Amino acid sequence: MQTAITHPGAGSVHSGSHAHDHHEPSFLTKYIFSSDHKIIGIQYGLTSLLFLFFGFLLMLAMRQQLANPNDPIPLVGGLLNKALGDDMAAGGVMQADLYNAFGAMHGTIMVFLAIVPLAFGAFGNYVTPLQIGAPDMAFPRLNMASYHFFFWGGVVMLASFFVPGGAAKSGWTSYSPLASVADLNNYIDGQTLWLIGMVLLITSSLLGAVNFIATIIQLRARGMTWMRLPFFVWAQFVTGFLLLLAFPPLEAAGLLQLSDNLLGTSFFLPTGLVYNGQQLDISGGGSPLLWQHLFWFLAHPEVYVLILPAMGIVAEVIANNTRKPLWGYRSLVYAVLAIGFLAFIVWAHHMYMTGMGTKIATFFQTTTMMISVPSVIILSALFISLWGGSIRFNTPMLFALSFLPMFGIGGLTGLPLGLNAADIYLHDSYYVIGHFHYVVAPGTIFGLFAGVYFWFPKITGRMMNEFWGKVHWAISLIAMNLIFAPMFIQGIRGMSRRMYDGGATYFAAGVGADPGILWLNKFITHAAMLLAIAQLPFIINFFWSIWNGRKVTSDNPWQATTLDWQTPTPPPHGNFAETPVVYRGPYEYSVPGAKRDFTPQNQPN
Amino acid sequence: MEIPYTVKPRPDTGLYNAKVGIWLFLASEVMLFGAFFSTYILLRVQAPHGFWPEVALGWPHGLLNIPIGTFNTAVLITSSVTVVMAWIALKQNNFARFQKFMAVTVACALGFLLIKTFEYKEKFGHYVIQLADGSRITGHLDVNGKSPLFWTKKNLEESKIETLKVQQDIPNKFRFPVGHAIPEDIHKAHAEGRHHNDREIPVSDIVSLKAFIPSTHPFFAIYFTMTFLHGLHVLGGALVLFYFGFIGTRMWKTSPEQFTNRIEVGGLFWHFVDLVWIFLFPVVYLL
Repeated sequence: MQTAITHPGAGSVHSGSHAHDHHEPSFLTKYIFSSDHKIIGIQYGLTSLLFLFFGFLLMLAMRQQLANPNDPIPLVGGLLNKALGDDMAAGGVMQADLYNAFGAMHGTIMVFLAIVPLAFGAFGNYVTPLQIGAPDMAFPRLNMASYHFFFWGGVVMLASFFVPGGAAKSGWTSYSPLASVADLNNYIDGQTLWLIGMVLLITSSLLGAVNFIATIIQLRARGMTWMRLPFFVWAQFVTGFLLLLAFPPLEAAGLLQLSDNLLGTSFFLPTGLVYNGQQLDISGGGSPLLWQHLFWFLAHPEVYVLILPAMGIVAEVIANNTRKPLWGYRSLVYAVLAIGFLAFIVWAHHMYMTGMGTKIATFFQTTTMMISVPSVIILSALFISLWGGSIRFNTPMLFALSFLPMFGIGGLTGLPLGLNAADIYLHDSYYVIGHFHYVVAPGTIFGLFAGVYFWFPKITGRMMNEFWGKVHWAISLIAMNLIFAPMFIQGIRGMSRRMYDGGATYFAAGVGADPGILWLNKFITHAAMLLAIAQLPFIINFFWSIWNGRKVTSDNPWQATTLDWQTPTPPPHGNFAETPVVYRGPYEYSVPGAKRDFTPQNQPN
Repeated sequence: MEIPYTVKPRPDTGLYNAKVGIWLFLASEVMLFGAFFSTYILLRVQAPHGFWPEVALGWPHGLLNIPIGTFNTAVLITSSVTVVMAWIALKQNNFARFQKFMAVTVACALGFLLIKTFEYKEKFGHYVIQLADGSRITGHLDVNGKSPLFWTKKNLEESKIETLKVQQDIPNKFRFPVGHAIPEDIHKAHAEGRHHNDREIPVSDIVSLKAFIPSTHPFFAIYFTMTFLHGLHVLGGALVLFYFGFIGTRMWKTSPEQFTNRIEVGGLFWHFVDLVWIFLFPVVYLL
């Protein structure tokens, strides 16, 4: 298994270096309209990394405004003024509307166009079929359609910046009636395009979810029983169900809000709605609370969509680099299933402030406390897995190891938000921003970075540079904490998350608690710039290594047990040289009496 | 390596891939329509007590044509039966019979859509009129012998009519609570089989005029949204079944088992579309 397997089909597979040798049609069918799960995974990966970077830039511009209110945005201020007009960026200064638009789009892009497609679309597509020993996804052409729906959803979202009135600016949550009245003067406004973009993205996710679940149920190799599945596959499986069942209600809600905006219906508009001193000419009779229910019915499971694939990646990397089996594999599996179930009955803990009633709040408070139990089980099992291992501290492992405490902080700071009484104080403050960013940024994104460094040699046949990888990790870890930890302090001191000038006017009016926390805005912005600088080694390392990285000398450079490493490098169309048969569990590392410290799943004995 | 279980079922699950796929897809469809039904319930329970149009934003009742809705239900159920018959015909290796049943299925689907289109058109010409005395009536307009669609107060002013002929609806007797005496004239009209009273209303008495379109009332909003999306499902299903039955039939020669599977999967979707209507019909027409 250690030597590279040559295969007649291997010559026809993707390799970046000779992409331009092909004629135009074959380039189109191979790289654009491909139905091979690996090419689609790479498509998802590159597109979502670009969106991740773009979402990050939006945030940098917002942070600049918070640190230095009413200073022109450096470098791009003039350009933004030209492109988006004086309403958005007069004199290169970020206006309130632009801040709101960037805020809404930062959230939307990061969740729906960066993290989910990277975690589910890219890693799920590339790795899942390999790990279960399948030649491809169950429905390859459907897989292609998912990517293309995703792509056009992204295009619509980007285009929305340039329509009159600018992009959607009612938060990534798009609460009605705010979202319906934000741009009353423009019939086709940013919110309309947001909704159309979301419908495309949801369609993409639904097709993907059907495909993933069907693939895992149907295409497992002979001997790959459910309890022999790598934990990564379990995570993707549960993620698939979350997307499949939670997204349709948001699709419904999106269509209803679209109808409110375009046909003048009142699904989410209350009776007697007044805007700018004028009563709107609508029938009324709708319910703003209904939007929030339908939205959070998706958006809370979505949180687990963001985190579970990252947990899967981290589990793979930890097992591989501790050279011992994961501790409590079965507990991990049952915990992830429990999360999948409970994720559907916690959504209204986002709505304690809506006055929906104390009985309902109590119910959701209870389920929210319950869902922290399986999360803690997963985290504990991963921590205990480190015990007594001879740990290899390579770049993927460093990212995976930092995932554990970072996600821990994110999770623990969520408990006060899940409790009704504490949430009433903390709601809509910077504390909330700190909390969920700890989960998603140094949590999920670190998990995803671990995955990029880990599977890079399988995808390209070359290793990423280890030194610059470690530089990327170290500075990112420090910067992430310098950004998000101060937000807890700001939030506890009462700073609202919605102030486009960072709360300056709020405190000037004498309303706020302590203006002594405003200096933290500058501090956080500097930390965000440090984080931006930390990404440069990653970007350069990534592209440099595709063509110039150290070539792998084996198909299994990490000495891993799972089937994804028992293929040629990169895997040819159809993946396996011969149909694999599975004889053992996924993490047989350091088995006493074995010849090597790892026993691949397809090794007979 | 070929993708396994595209035709033959996998032994331990007993299913071929497409069947797993369609059931998963239907699960997501259940959640989609579930959200719409939830929306219906929430809008309805928060509506003020009493019937629209008498009570502003109360819930309307009896404004849809129940006999036509019932007939359409029967049309759709028939198509659900024939799509199974078509599949059975394939299992019996009788392709001509298969095509006959597919033709009936697709014809039923188009018939359903055609009837629905007439129902929609009828609603676009059905109005709620706010009168100067504060009362609201519903009915159809008669402008020079024609029943105009989508009119508003503006059209009325532009048409320069002085008195508007209205065929005012006679309320359905179900709108009166049990034990409540039904007014004598309504009783009489029902006994005579009359459904509307002809009235002439001075245009100056009319405060507003709105057709039964989605923006008029949350009931119409949810009625049109749900039936339109259901209609799209019918149309999509009909196109796919038409393709399977009459255009993409070459597979019957090359791979009959896979072809039969296709019809089964298409049929499952068709049953789902039918099932949605089975819920939709009582909810919007009867309740």
